[in-house]
Amino acid sequence: MAYPANYRYTKEHEWIEVDGAGGTVGITDYAQSSLGDIVFVDLPKVGDKVEAGKIFGSVESVKAVSDLYAPASGTVTAVNEELASAPEKINTDANKTWMLKLDLTSAAEVDGLLSAADYEKFISEETGH
Amino acid sequence: MAETGTLRKTALNATHRAAKAKMVDFGGWDMPVEYSGLIAEHMAVRTGVGLFDVSHMGDIQLRGPNSLAAVQQLCMNDASKLAVGQAQYSAMLYPNGTFVDDVVVHKLSANDYLIVINAGTREKDVQWVRQIIGRMPGAHVNDFSDYYTQLAIQGPRAMETLQKLTPVDLSAIKNYWFVWGQVCGLHNVMIARTGYTGEDGFEIYIPSDVPTSERVWNEVLAAGAEFGMVPCGLGARNTLRLEAGMALYGHEISDTINVLEAGLGRYAKLDKPDFVGREALAEVEASGGPKRKLVGLEMIERGIGRDGYAVFTLEGEKIGAITSGSPAPFLKKNIALAYVPIEHSALETELAVEIRGQKVKARIVPTPFYKKPKKST
Repeated sequence: MAYPANYRYTKEHEWIEVDGAGGTVGITDYAQSSLGDIVFVDLPKVGDKVEAGKIFGSVESVKAVSDLYAPASGTVTAVNEELASAPEKINTDANKTWMLKLDLTSAAEVDGLLSAADYEKFISEETGH
Repeated sequence: MAETGTLRKTALNATHRAAKAKMVDFGGWDMPVEYSGLIAEHMAVRTGVGLFDVSHMGDIQLRGPNSLAAVQQLCMNDASKLAVGQAQYSAMLYPNGTFVDDVVVHKLSANDYLIVINAGTREKDVQWVRQIIGRMPGAHVNDFSDYYTQLAIQGPRAMETLQKLTPVDLSAIKNYWFVWGQVCGLHNVMIARTGYTGEDGFEIYIPSDVPTSERVWNEVLAAGAEFGMVPCGLGARNTLRLEAGMALYGHEISDTINVLEAGLGRYAKLDKPDFVGREALAEVEASGGPKRKLVGLEMIERGIGRDGYAVFTLEGEKIGAITSGSPAPFLKKNIALAYVPIEHSALETELAVEIRGQKVKARIVPTPFYKKPKKST
């Protein structure tokens, strides 16, 4: 599994890529692998506000449902509509398959999240490998 | 939770781990939940063939001149109707007509029966059998659960797969019958035309030592390769049985649900000699039948009803709960089984499932959700 160094990560297995005041959000490869075949993604609408650390939606595989947690606060500026009909894209490429684009309240908020190296360390501890 | 960290393993545990299967704790067993992916495994069984390690299932042998009487006392179906080499779906009940477990009874010989039981209920079942018939003369109880590696070869290409490994004419074995024969060079292997997927298929019972188990597992996979065979985990096993409308202990059936509520009354033979639970079921029937019923639901609106989710009328009255719910990979619908009061159980009735705070519409549909296509021959 690879975790891009320019992303930041949550302990709930979301990633965020920050570009200026904008942020792009998805779930990690570890998350998609743990969930298995993803069949359903429930996302907010453009214009909705999300709050760092709070639930903004859910992702469901055949066997489980999992909450999605916002890595940072902001306003939704775009939703990946493709996921409504092809949620399995997340399984194929979790790093490139974004869910939301955000207008961030504060880009500095992201500094508190995990780096790629710290995230990898975190999941290796979580799985005991 | 004193037993944390002491999960039981089948003889194929190392094989599953080497194949990078995702492992889960299933009723105290360290079992593969999926290998290549649940949907791919599910589809392989519906369209080709899949291989399951179901060695966690338990096996109780009842043997002796009174073994038939013992089976009859313990199980609700009529075992006197079985011929040697025949199996039947049945259940062991508590006196109040609820389930100790659902089982498959195999008649091995005139005085020898093998009852295949669920993994999560093994100890309870064995204790129950000893409690009910332990003092019956001429009926000896043996727990053979650890003697067998049980493999399920399931799917429309199951027969072609297994036929490459045995001189036994598999086409001559009827559904829910079994024979003993040679498989992968092993003699006297029990080969049963049974399964839990809604497809044609076989279950074989081989010695549970690791080298034999691994060799047969690998030989079966190799034989099925040309038909797209894949190893399948408990995830696909669950979605396959749900599409086929089959009950799972702890979900559709349990010690708080009686046979008639579960819709399994056709397997309870109230006119055979007495059995544990008979009187309670007769009373339910005499008083007008069960008050609630297991129904099939298909989600109409977007959403997946899952185990435990509450079921409401469209007017908002809470009337029941889902026992098993999942996306159905072959049917490509979101389906569920749920208990609802009889007065709300008519086909086509629209109900609502509460999914994370939202009421989502569903419709009562016939079960099984999936029926295997009839052979064109």
